[in-house]
Amino acid sequence: MTDNHQDILQSIGSGDKYGFSYPDDSIFTSRKGLDEEVVRQISAYKEEPEWMLEFRLNAFRHFSKRPIPTWGADLSGLNLEEIIYYARPRQIDQKSWEDVPENIKNTFDRLGLPEAEQKYLAGVGAQYDSEMVYHNIQESLEKQGVIFLSIENGLKQHPDLFREHFASVVPFSDNTFAALNSAVWSGGSFVYVPKGVHVDLPLQAYFRLNMANIGQFERSLIIADEGAQVHYVEGCTAPLYRTESFHSGVIEIVVKKGARVRYTTIQNWSTNVYNLVTQRAVVEEDGTMEWVDANLGSKVTMKYPACFLKGPGAHGEVLSVAFAGPGQHQDAGAKMIHFAPNTSSKITSKSISRGNGRSSYRGLVRVASAAENSRSNVVCDALLLDHESRSDTYPTMDIKAKDVQIGHEATVSKIGEEQLFYLNSRGLSDEEATTMVVSGFIEPLVKELPMEYAVEMNKLIQIQMTGSVG
Amino acid sequence: MTELEIRNLHVLVNDKEIIRDFNLTIRQGEIHALMGPNGTGKSTLAYTIMGHPRYQITSGDVLIDGESILGLTPDERAHKGIFLAFQYPVSIPGVSLANFLRVALNARNKAVNPDDKGISVVKFRQLLKSKMDLLKMDYQFASRYLNEGFSGGEKKRAEILQMAVLEPRFAILDETDSGLDIDALRIVSEGVNTLAQGHIGVLVITHYQRMLNYITPDFVHIMYGGRIVESGKAELALRLEEQGYEWIREKYGVLPDGIHD
Ligand SMILES: Nc1ncnc2c1ncn2[C@@H]1O[C@H](COP(=O)(O)OP(=O)(O)OP(=O)(O)O)[C@@H](O)[C@H]1O
Ligand SMILES: [Mg+2]
Repeated sequence: MTDNHQDILQSIGSGDKYGFSYPDDSIFTSRKGLDEEVVRQISAYKEEPEWMLEFRLNAFRHFSKRPIPTWGADLSGLNLEEIIYYARPRQIDQKSWEDVPENIKNTFDRLGLPEAEQKYLAGVGAQYDSEMVYHNIQESLEKQGVIFLSIENGLKQHPDLFREHFASVVPFSDNTFAALNSAVWSGGSFVYVPKGVHVDLPLQAYFRLNMANIGQFERSLIIADEGAQVHYVEGCTAPLYRTESFHSGVIEIVVKKGARVRYTTIQNWSTNVYNLVTQRAVVEEDGTMEWVDANLGSKVTMKYPACFLKGPGAHGEVLSVAFAGPGQHQDAGAKMIHFAPNTSSKITSKSISRGNGRSSYRGLVRVASAAENSRSNVVCDALLLDHESRSDTYPTMDIKAKDVQIGHEATVSKIGEEQLFYLNSRGLSDEEATTMVVSGFIEPLVKELPMEYAVEMNKLIQIQMTGSVG
Repeated sequence: MTELEIRNLHVLVNDKEIIRDFNLTIRQGEIHALMGPNGTGKSTLAYTIMGHPRYQITSGDVLIDGESILGLTPDERAHKGIFLAFQYPVSIPGVSLANFLRVALNARNKAVNPDDKGISVVKFRQLLKSKMDLLKMDYQFASRYLNEGFSGGEKKRAEILQMAVLEPRFAILDETDSGLDIDALRIVSEGVNTLAQGHIGVLVITHYQRMLNYITPDFVHIMYGGRIVESGKAELALRLEEQGYEWIREKYGVLPDGIHD
């Protein structure tokens, strides 16, 4: 393997990787299935420049030649012919509140969400009015020179900045689903934080309702210029109920010299969804990238946030939690590619499996020969709540440099009888006791979340655990 | 007057009889000390009363005010007012002592009164602080993860803090004195005295006189071979401290099959 930037970038995905999806407000809905015509329609509908159409078409041609990966979770249930690749979310459904499954409604109730918000989240209500809040925040961001737009508006209003960075972190050839996303992407965010600007409040925390609008093939691009700092939160702890069952997005982040970006995801897809996500950051000299990632729902999730540590002293972190319940497979992990000297990375992966749920940690740490004096530490902890559940780890280490420090620790534990008895003896039922042990297990992640998400995350765990103890 | 009665109890652990014909009645407000050689079944008795699933009761009964509690799960027994301060408390990483205690208190209160809405965070904090004051604990301690990295003595003190907050009717202290330094022993013992004061029936399991210097027992029992062989007043503990168990062995002979000391 040669130490060449582009090769390495591509090789990050050599096993394949994944993305995920956001909103769109178009009126146009494409027909089922995908061909060049559909790709052209999408681009025309969005009134895109020629280069973007070319990009989409090249991506489509690449996608057509690539197989669906078989090395990870079972994707045989995914029927790509049956998917509508472009649609206005609220129009495709035309469903009513009555059609929303009871368990989803119950979860809304238990989260204490107001009815309007519930309907909006379920995709059956009228537009929930978050416009006002948006405007106020937008104003204060603008004063700092921060750009925070939908990805479509980013392309229209900042064409040069956009083109310079778009697909620079995740080329369409990266993996099958990145290629698919590149062909049909729609929705997502475009963020630019100018040199030295620190955005104090987490972006998107205010727009959590908009997240209910997540499209199938969302694509986001975040650029933190030199010395800039930003925390982007993409999350919705309410279950995202969708009739369509496939989400495949791409998140690209550019962390310039001395900049710092944190990207937090909390997702609770309904359990029919294939959630295949490609998240990657390029980190330049002395920059820091942190992925904080919680995956609770979906049928299958494949997601391995990656950091390409390109500049000396760059630092990357992934802190993730996956919860695999009955019928779910969470195949999650992280990739750290050390390309420059004195780079460091840290992966903390926690998984919880119950009721025959399956979680896997799949990770890669690669230290190129140029990356002398680098450090990496990987810790994966799996918690199994019963005998039917399963957890595996697939760690890969590829170390080419000298003088590196690499640590790897993996533990699998079951909730101990003695822990349960201790909590029982203080008056907690089996369910309360188990929930408490689980909450404690994910505490290292929860404490990194903004307050409102932390509270909801804990409630969500309680809901997930309801009825989990026979 | 509420009482906890252990009647003709026989208990198997891994098919081995550890408790054989154990009898004891503890009334609310009484302090009983239970002493006896290592491996004689003291912790087994404590776990059995609390309802640990590993211990199999072959005959006998445990009753509160004449009502058997053997059909109850450990949490239901806790709701009835039984508390066990563990000889070896387990740690629960990521769960703070304060958070844990609030959940436990609410669970108990709700079991007693289904309409209970739960204690407010502010009120709970006050309650917790007053109990920590009683045991001379640093408030910081409440935000530590439950027993995680606690020193031996800290664990024991935290057990008594839990007892102070949960206000049980019957408390079993399984070697709470071991691991406590000299000052901590006094502080914790005085704390137990203050809490017990006629309200709690206490069973102090211990090997030494040291805790009994502060917590004066109304009764002292010697357990040997899975049952109580001698009962007396506080002096009995002093006699053990002086003479050890040799005279017990001489008097009651070699332990029955399968039981060792
Ligand atoms: N889970 C178990 N499996 C096997 N043997 C057990 C188990 N629990 C208790 N025993 C045995 O039962 C006997 C009584 O143990 P127990 O812990 O009750 O003694 P103890 O009186 O509390 O002793 P110590 O003073 O050392 O604390 C011992 O022989 C012990 O090895
Ligand atoms: Mg013992």
